[in-house]
This record gives sequence, structure tokens and C-alpha cells, in this order.
Amino acid sequence: MRRPCQDITVQRRNYLVRKISFAILTLILVIIFNFFLFRILPGDPVKLIVHSPRMTAEAQERIRTTFGLDKPVWFNLEGLQERGILGAFDTQFTAYLFNLLHGDLGVSFATRQNVRDLLQERVWRTVVLVAIGEILAIVIGIMLGMIAAWRRGTNLDTGILLFGLFTWAMPTFFFGIILLMLCGGRLPIGGMVTPGLKPEDGLAYWKDVGRHLILPTLTLTILYLSEYMLIMRSSVVEVLSEDFILTAKAKGMNAFQIFRDHAMKNAMLPMITIIALTLGYTVGGAIQVETVFSWPGIGRLMYDAVQKRDYPVLQGTFLLFAVSVIAANLIADLLYAVLDPRVKPD
Amino acid sequence: MDQQKRIWSTLRRKPMALVGMGMLAVVIIMALFAPWLAPYDPNKRVQVTPEDILAPPDAQHWLGRDDAGKDVLSLLIYGARVSLIVGFVSSFFSMFIGTIVGLTAGYYGGRVSNTLMRITDFLMVIPDLPLMLVIISVWGRGLWKIILVISLLYWTYTARLVRSQVISIRERQFVLRARALGASDFRIIMRHTLPQVMPLIITMAVLDISSSIIAESTLSFLGLGDPTLISWGMMLNFAFERAVSRMAWWFLLPPGFAIVWVSLSIILIGNALEEIVNPRLKTHHLFNPRNMISLATGKPRLVETELQPEAEA
Amino acid sequence: MTTLDVRDLSVQYISEAGAALQAVEGLSFTLEQGHSLGLVGESGCGKTTVMLSLLRLLPEAGRIVGGQVLFDGRDLLQISEREMQSVRWKKVAMVFQGAMNALNPVRTVESQIVEALQLHNVVNSSKDARNRAGELLELVGITAKRGKQYPHQFSGGMRQRAVIAMALACNPPILIADEPTTALDVMIQAQIIELLEELQRELNLCLVLVTHDLGVVAEMCDDVLVMYGGTAAEYASSDTIFNDPLHPYTQRLLKAFPDIAEPGSDLASIPGNPPRLDDLPPGCRFEPRCHASNGEPLCVKQLPALVEIAPGHQAACHLVKGA
Repeated sequence: MRRPCQDITVQRRNYLVRKISFAILTLILVIIFNFFLFRILPGDPVKLIVHSPRMTAEAQERIRTTFGLDKPVWFNLEGLQERGILGAFDTQFTAYLFNLLHGDLGVSFATRQNVRDLLQERVWRTVVLVAIGEILAIVIGIMLGMIAAWRRGTNLDTGILLFGLFTWAMPTFFFGIILLMLCGGRLPIGGMVTPGLKPEDGLAYWKDVGRHLILPTLTLTILYLSEYMLIMRSSVVEVLSEDFILTAKAKGMNAFQIFRDHAMKNAMLPMITIIALTLGYTVGGAIQVETVFSWPGIGRLMYDAVQKRDYPVLQGTFLLFAVSVIAANLIADLLYAVLDPRVKPD
Repeated sequence: MDQQKRIWSTLRRKPMALVGMGMLAVVIIMALFAPWLAPYDPNKRVQVTPEDILAPPDAQHWLGRDDAGKDVLSLLIYGARVSLIVGFVSSFFSMFIGTIVGLTAGYYGGRVSNTLMRITDFLMVIPDLPLMLVIISVWGRGLWKIILVISLLYWTYTARLVRSQVISIRERQFVLRARALGASDFRIIMRHTLPQVMPLIITMAVLDISSSIIAESTLSFLGLGDPTLISWGMMLNFAFERAVSRMAWWFLLPPGFAIVWVSLSIILIGNALEEIVNPRLKTHHLFNPRNMISLATGKPRLVETELQPEAEA
Repeated sequence: MTTLDVRDLSVQYISEAGAALQAVEGLSFTLEQGHSLGLVGESGCGKTTVMLSLLRLLPEAGRIVGGQVLFDGRDLLQISEREMQSVRWKKVAMVFQGAMNALNPVRTVESQIVEALQLHNVVNSSKDARNRAGELLELVGITAKRGKQYPHQFSGGMRQRAVIAMALACNPPILIADEPTTALDVMIQAQIIELLEELQRELNLCLVLVTHDLGVVAEMCDDVLVMYGGTAAEYASSDTIFNDPLHPYTQRLLKAFPDIAEPGSDLASIPGNPPRLDDLPPGCRFEPRCHASNGEPLCVKQLPALVEIAPGHQAACHLVKGA
């Protein structure tokens, strides 16, 4: 008979290895995809960079060299012949990878700024927005879900269910617009801070930022909490119908004790999976909310890049979003393995 | 077939489904009979004076006029077409791809399943909206491009669900029997497995429709919709750019509410379907214990066991 | 010395349509320390319902509509929920049907036993609790160290034993075992039965064994209560039941069980089906399938009461003459 302890450890280790290698593989594929997507553009990339039709052939050539557009895309036949195997790799793709490893994400077509700098400058703004929104959504969602499960079948439960259905039908950006129109008078509706205030102004500045943060965060929170609420509700109902709950009751525990010691942990486990699953949506929501409320984060940056066809920025923001979601998913998977002793490779 | 008839008759009796179907019918009528229902033809050029721009509602224009002086109500009615087309067609494609992938992965298992599931997982991990934005930006705008991009991302959920269903069906008696009788794989899949999974697929496809509609409107709102067509998302795009400062609610709100209306209608139907196809009737153990004892013997009761009079003999 | 006295217990279930289905009617029996009772009957005859009612653990649709459960000088059906919580496990513990799933999968086995100990203040410190948990596991034949593992790491038989250990945590005078051997293979079944026998002897338990397996009952139980359609059919000592069954149902039941002394004889099944709760006969529940009644009007119209036919032998049948 196998010794169960050892077997589980091995299984869990396999699980971790699989998840990590999958994350890395996905990352690599995203990087490759990111590169090739922008290289299949119809037309001459130079024309995209420069809008003036009166550019001389020389100037065009210089731009080509600067951006490395004179090299072949991914395989250099000439290089192979001239310089051997290393020459074969003298391509745009290699240059891209090389730059990536050094953290160079290119230069914005529109503003000539370093994409990396742009991202760095704005990333924390999105993080703050998303983090606060998500945390509130999770906390409130879990609470409402538990209440709905507890009061299953009552009007409260029905109300909560209807609320869930309604928010599912509501596009994020439109909800933002509604809130904007409703609260426009009393809360700031655009930007991050009222013009004139600077970080040096200390508390006044941060309070102002906070006020600007209210509506976009509220939009995200209200819409996302319904998903968590519905999942928590069904998770709790499911757990509460399990046999071990009856055992707990037979032991003489009261409802609160049963909930705290047996139901909660079991019901929370699916939540982690759901949070990971919805992280992709959260990113989408951030883009929409930042657009509607002109919150100067990465989402807004991506929107602006779409409007202006600023491909390096588009590439950079996509990469950032994808990497964040992949990483977050991985963390969620690892967390789940820690919390659920039964986890085996699927 | 019998099963589907049963599902349909149960569905018809659920109030949620009826409300949803009613709501959807309104939109479908709007889309089909747009040329007759719309008071003006939104494709016709209009001569506008500055007062006509973002004019508030009045007797001739029930929902006022947009930033180009066109009648908002007419635009709204015509907008139904794009939403419905994108919703139904994308969902159909997703259902098709998802079902094939799910059936294959579930039935054959092993390396085939692993590979397919890796691809599925890959697509699921990448965030939806950024990917769609990036692809459309590069590829170009257009109705079919939007439909394809949305289908590309949304088949994964169906695939996963179908696969897990197929796995559980695979080992059931009637499948094993069919295999023992020498039925080909294809036959087993089509005649024995698929009908079992169909209700679930249909439910997912229905819910997919609403997701697709919302996805299209989001893409259009962000400026990537088909410029040659009227869609609610595009209306919101223009409205947001130009009508917010003027608080022109007649232009800003109706298209959004229309989107919510049609999504909600489909979600109600889908939700009702889900209740039928996937019932979770378990009641839990932590209900109020007061109801448990209904003694009618007239003995004194303590406070915590509130006794009810006997309900029936 | 009587421990628990059930009098005239009646339980209903409220169906989804709102109708009240009579699951148990007028059931009476007595549990005594040191004695074991076997509760026998077909699936669906109400055995589990009766046991759940004793502890007031019926599902949401269940209603106790009549009777008394006298224990320690009070009626358990009358006391408050909070008082009931202190009776549960400490005085009456239960090992459920399908005990496989009775343990919480994300907590260690030990922690769940400890929980029972601490809940009823059986021990003074958590260290004592863990030690005691280990002792209990050893008592049922599981190495104490394995308490630190999770339920899914135990085999089915081990989980069953762990659940029994947990049930004994507070030294209850009464232990109810509901189908403790179903879903286990025969070898493990024998082990569990042996274990229960041993425990009952050593701890002087009052053991209630709910089962449809007459063989087990014959081996282990002092008294037997035969149930049918929610009512008591016959109630007597084990010897009496097996040697002198009076109720027609009991007689048929015994005949239906293979006798090792007569390997060649046919198995006799009882024709017909158990009564549906929504379609109970107005009189004797067994009458439609009874070989002895022949449509006797009294049997058809009136539910027979459980009467003492001979000292220590009760039966509910119109056709059986009293002493």
C-alpha cells in the first residue's frame, strides 16, 4: 500500500510545476504573438510613423534604420550567408526580444516618449484604482453572498439575485456614464486631480485625488461585486448541504459555529478560482472606467493609443496587461494549492 | 427531441423566461421592421442648422437629435440590427467551435485533450478586452472582423463545459454498450453523446449572445466599431465625445439602456434555461430549526421552540 | 435503568407541493444502557427519520408532529435548541449513513475530533484534547499519528472508524449507528461490526444499530424493532424475533434472508413494493402485501397498535392474539 503522505507531496509538487511551466509558456507565446501581430500590418510601417508625405527617401531610410525596420522580420537569409548562423538571427524579432530583455519597449509614435517610462509613470494609478475596486467588490460580494445563502428563498435573496442579473447585463462603460451623469454635480468626473494642485500640496492633493477616485472605483466595485456575490451564494448553499455540516450540527454546534468552523473555508475556496478567472474582466473594466472618467492610468493610455494608432504603446500596454493577468492567475493557482489539501493535478 | 420538447414546455412556464422572451421580441421587431418603425431614415443626409445639433426631445423627434442633427430614435431602432446580428452570429460560431473542441477533447482524452485544453487555457488567461482591442486596431474595423474576434475568444467556456460533460457521459452504460456493439467513434459522439450535452450547449450559447452583444458595444464605444453601420456602442461613442458636457441625456442614455435591455432579456432566458438544465435543488442543513417541531399536544412551550399549529392533518 | 424512552413519535415531511407526508407514525421504544437495539426495515421505512428526530436533525422539510422523547427527566422535543445542543453528541451521538462524507475534507481528522472534545468541555487544554483524540483513534484501530492527515488520505473503512472514534469523544451513553456497513466491502464490514461489538461491551454503551441487514442484527443486538411503512411492526428481544416472529412482515423478512443451514432453499421475496408516502394505506401499512390478511376489513381500515402479545414481545397486527 502506498504511503499516502508521500504520494500527496509528490502530486502537489507536480501540480505546482505544471502551473508554473504553463504560465511561462503562456508568457512566451504572448510575447511572440505581441511581436508578430504588429508586423502583419498592411502597408509600410514608416508611413505610420511619419505622417508627412513630403518625407524624402533619405529621411525615410534613416527612420527605417533607427527603428530597425530595414532588417528582415524574423529570419535573415543574407545574414546567414554573410556571417553564418549568428547572422541569421539579425532580425527584427531578435532585436525585439533583445530590447525586451533590457526593458526597452520602444518609443511612442505619437509622443516620442519611451514606452517604458509612460507605463511606469501611470501603472500605479491603475493599480490603485483596480486594487481598491476589487477589494471592496470581494469583501462586499462575499458578505452579501453569505447573507443571500442564509436567507435563501426570501425576498432579500430574490432581490440580490435580480441585482446580480442586472449588473451582468450592464456594460461597464455605460454604468460609468450613468454614475457620471448622476453624480456629476457633486463629485469630480474627470482626471485624477483638479488642475492646480500638486503633490507638494500634501494632504489637500491626496484628498483631491481621493475624491476623483470615488466614481471610477464605485463603478468597478458595484459591477464586480455581483459576480462574487452570486458565486459565494451558490458556494455557501452547496457547502451547507454537505454531509459534514449535518455532522457538525449533530455534534451540538450552533449555526454560527458551524458557519465559522466548517462552512466558511470550504465556501471560500471556489472564490479564489473565480477571482482569478475574472481578473481578465477586471482589466477590461479598468480600461473602460479610465476612459469614461479620464483617469490617467494604463487603461486610458491603451485607449488613447487605439485612437491614435500608436502601436508601440499598444504593444507595451497589451504586454503589461497580459503579464499581470498571467501572474495573478498563477498566484491564485498556488494559493489554492496551499489552501486546499486535496489538490491534485487535473 | 422529446427532451427538448420537455425543456421548452418547462421554460414556457417560468416567468423569468417569459419576461425575457417578451423583452427580446421587442428588440427583434425593432430590428426586423426598422425601416417601417423608424420615423426618419438615418442614412439620409439632412440639412441641419446649428440649433439642430444635440437638440432636446420634442414632438418631431421623441428622443431629440444627435451631434450630427439626426433623429436619435431612428438611430436607436436601426442600432438593434447590429447588436442582434453580432450577438447571434458570434454566439453561433463560438458554440460551433466550442462544441467541436469540447467533444473531441472529452471523448478522446489523452494527448489530444491535453493539447486542446492548453490552447483553451491559453486563450482564457489572456485578458479579453486588451486582446480584442489590439487585434481590431491592427486588422481594421468591420462587422465581420468584430464577429470573428469575439467568437475567437468566447468559444473557450463552451469547450470546457462540454468536455467535462462528455467525460462524465463517456463512462456511462449506454456509451459502453454502443462501443461494445462496435459503433464507430463518430457515431457514438453524434448519436449518444451530443444529444446529452445539447441542452447545456444551448444554454451556454444563449448566455454567450448577451456577452457578445456587450463585447461589441464595448468595442464600438472605444472607437473600434464598424464605421459604416449604426450600432448602439457607436452612438455612445459619439455621445460620450460630444454630448457629455452638454448633458444631452437623450443621446447618452437610450442606446445604453437599449444594450442593457437586450442583454437582460437574453440573460433572463439563459438563466431560466440554466435552472432547468442544471438544477441545484439541495436545501442546506442550517435552516431555522423552529419549524421542526409542530406538536399539537398543548404542552407549555419554551421561548426558543416557537411551535406552529399543525398545518395539515 | 431506562435511558431514553420514545413514546408515540410521529414525523411528517412537507412535500414540494405543500402536502404533509406521514413518514413515521406512533412509534414507541425504549433504549437502555448496556443494551443494544437493532432497528430493522426496508429502505424508506422511516428508520433514519426516527433517529434524526431523536436529535432533532431533520431536514428542512421534516416536522415532528407528535410524541415524546423522554431522557434524563425531560422531553427532548420540548427543550430549547440551545439545551438540545448540549444533549447532542454528549448524551446521544450518531454515526451517519455514508459516514465517508461526514468529515470535513479541508480539516485534519484530529482537529475534528478535538472540536467535539472542546465543544462539550470534555478536556481542559488543547494539548489534552489532541492526546485524547489520539487515544480515541487508537481505540478504533487507527494509529494516533494519522490523525494529522486529511480525510481523503484515509481509506473508506478507516474513515468509518474515525467517525466512530469521533462519535465516542464525549463518552455518550447512547450511540446510534445508521447503516454503518453499507458501501463497505464485506471484509471491512466484518471489522466494523466487530469493533462496534467490542466498544459496546467495553464502554457499556447503549448501541442503536439501524440496518436492513438481519445477519448483523442477529449477531449484535439484544432487542429488535422491526419497522414497516413508518410504523412499528414488531418489537421484541432478538431471540424472540428470530425464533418466534409474530408479525407477517417479520416472518416474510426472515424467510427472505438466506439461511446458511439450508443452502439449497429458494429465496423468498416479498411481492409488491413498500408503500409510497403520498399513498399510504388507511389501515395497516403492510396489508396490501400481507399473506395472512386476505383482505380482512379490520386490517384494511384500522392501523393496528403496538400491543404486548407476550411479556417482552410486542407486535402491531390485528391477526395476532394477545396474551
